[in-house]
Amino acid sequence: MNSITARRRHPLARYAVLLLALSLLGGVYALLMPGGDRADAAIASGKADDVAAGKELFAAHCASCHGLNAEGSYAPGGASGPSLIGVGAAAVDFQVSSGRMPFANPGPQAPRKRPPEWVNPETVKQLAAYVQSLGGGPTKPSLEAVDPAKGDPAKGGELFRANCIQCHNFVGAGGALTYGKYAPSLEPATPTQIYEAMATGPQAMPVFNDSTITPEQKRDMIAYIVGVRHEPNPGGNGLGRIGPVTEGLVAWVGGLSLLIIAAIWITAKKRQVNHD
Amino acid sequence: MTDNPNEINPGEIEPGESPRVPRRVIGTPPPRGGDSLLGPDAGARPRGDGNGAAAAHDAHPADEPVAVGEIKYPDPQSARKGERRASLLFLVTFLAGIGFVASYVIFQVGSVERTATSNLALGGSLAVALLSMAAGMVVWARQIMPKYTLVQQRHPMASSPEVREDVAKTFIEGANESGFLRHKMLRRTLLLASAPLGLLPLVLLKDLGPLPGTSLRHTVWKKGLRLMVEGTRQPIRAADFNSPGGILSVVPEGHEDDLNALAKATLILIKFRPEDLKPGVNLNWTHDSIVAYSKICTHVGCPAALYEQTTHHILCPCHQSTFDAADGAKVIFGPAARPLPQLPIGVDNEGYLIAQSDFNVPVGPSFWERGDAEAEARGQA
Repeated sequence: MNSITARRRHPLARYAVLLLALSLLGGVYALLMPGGDRADAAIASGKADDVAAGKELFAAHCASCHGLNAEGSYAPGGASGPSLIGVGAAAVDFQVSSGRMPFANPGPQAPRKRPPEWVNPETVKQLAAYVQSLGGGPTKPSLEAVDPAKGDPAKGGELFRANCIQCHNFVGAGGALTYGKYAPSLEPATPTQIYEAMATGPQAMPVFNDSTITPEQKRDMIAYIVGVRHEPNPGGNGLGRIGPVTEGLVAWVGGLSLLIIAAIWITAKKRQVNHD
Repeated sequence: MTDNPNEINPGEIEPGESPRVPRRVIGTPPPRGGDSLLGPDAGARPRGDGNGAAAAHDAHPADEPVAVGEIKYPDPQSARKGERRASLLFLVTFLAGIGFVASYVIFQVGSVERTATSNLALGGSLAVALLSMAAGMVVWARQIMPKYTLVQQRHPMASSPEVREDVAKTFIEGANESGFLRHKMLRRTLLLASAPLGLLPLVLLKDLGPLPGTSLRHTVWKKGLRLMVEGTRQPIRAADFNSPGGILSVVPEGHEDDLNALAKATLILIKFRPEDLKPGVNLNWTHDSIVAYSKICTHVGCPAALYEQTTHHILCPCHQSTFDAADGAKVIFGPAARPLPQLPIGVDNEGYLIAQSDFNVPVGPSFWERGDAEAEARGQA
């Protein structure tokens, strides 16, 4: 009892009490109402304060484009954003943890960038809990579900070649799309972010939901994507690993220039200096 | 090499050797009195100090090469510098050659990484060896050998009239002696014998065939054939493919490894929100806003599958043909001339996606006899 007494004036104490009370309340509620929806489940599991904190974060950082209730907004030429109802916690975690959202300069592409100061795993979790409470959607995968060591890179490679390389290149180097958009390189993406991108289809990327590409198959693909990052470059330099265009360019421009310079050097007339 | 590379003096040749065949070091001027590029009396010129080469010009026939201007030897100091440089490069070649042998022994192959190391070591050492030998030779030529300009007049290419007359006479004589004109049967059987030989290559042209017939107009899709996910080889339940913005690469059931069939039959399957579909899409051929298009670009047949779910653009990576998937895959940019053909799809009684029929127009790029297949298809409908 002493320890509780000593800490009861701690700034976090009221949250702890609130959490405890909410857990109790939610637990009882969940027991009485087994068919409750996700928002109730969030309360039941003690995430209600996450949802509340997430709502505040949302109002401060996201609502200007996505609307105060995440209903989305459209303002031609101005700040507009899609509705976030039903996008799920995975979409929030992907977008915010990779720095794509909040969007700095509205344009065709949302590039990966350094997240702002307020972003940390805790705030991302709160924001994700709030958006998840609005309409469900894909959730953040567990670390085990995205562990590259547990996937089969050979199977994943086959799936990656069938579904991903058209935009992301065969080693995930990325590539151009239409009207200023591009498929980003997969090099900086964490396994969790790769999973979330497949599950939610961020920006122009299509969705690969769990019923068509199962979580195990997603993990295989993650094993392949992470695995090819460590493959050696037989030529010494991968030249961005974007394929034969750069390699041909270097061979033609670099190699031919060297050959021409060598030919000029060999046949150049040496300046005659009079030594007399 | 000799200690005095500028001079090979015939007087210094060893006893017993013929004075007519002097020891000659490549890259040095010829000995006095020997056959010379500079002409018979080139050796008579003063050497090393270079003068009066042009004076001998008139004494030569027009087609002998003649040195014009001074023959300049580099001064001994820079020649020695050049020699040191070239020798250094030759030493590098020597070491790299040894290195090649050593790397062959040291770096054994076996795994991908070790083979890569071995390739790098072998290729690198050989490249260094050959490059520095070549560079050494160039240094040798540029810094040690003398500099002068040689002029050689062109001479008439044709043989003299006497020689030509002689050849013509021999030819006629030979023809007469062979009896080619007198013995008719001989001549005709020879011609007969050569005729099939001349026609042989024409027979080989048949290997360019057989003609494709109507195979370019059809794919393996037919009514009831299930759509399988490329890679996982699983059939697709329409109810599972339920996230708008989803795309799958699809192959026909039973032809997952038949590349000839897949070259025409591969599909992309796209799930839309119902409100996104535009009039270009034949709704009778969709199921629950799932649309199947040929993956083969109508320009030159690359796999067009770069799909953007926000704009519904399908982009072909080869030549940037862009199709609007929400509007019947009509061309909105690029060199493709026709929309991607849409495959009629439905579901079987287990809920799996199936084809309703083959494509009603030929898939892929244009071909000679294709004609206006769309108009034909419309005429039949």
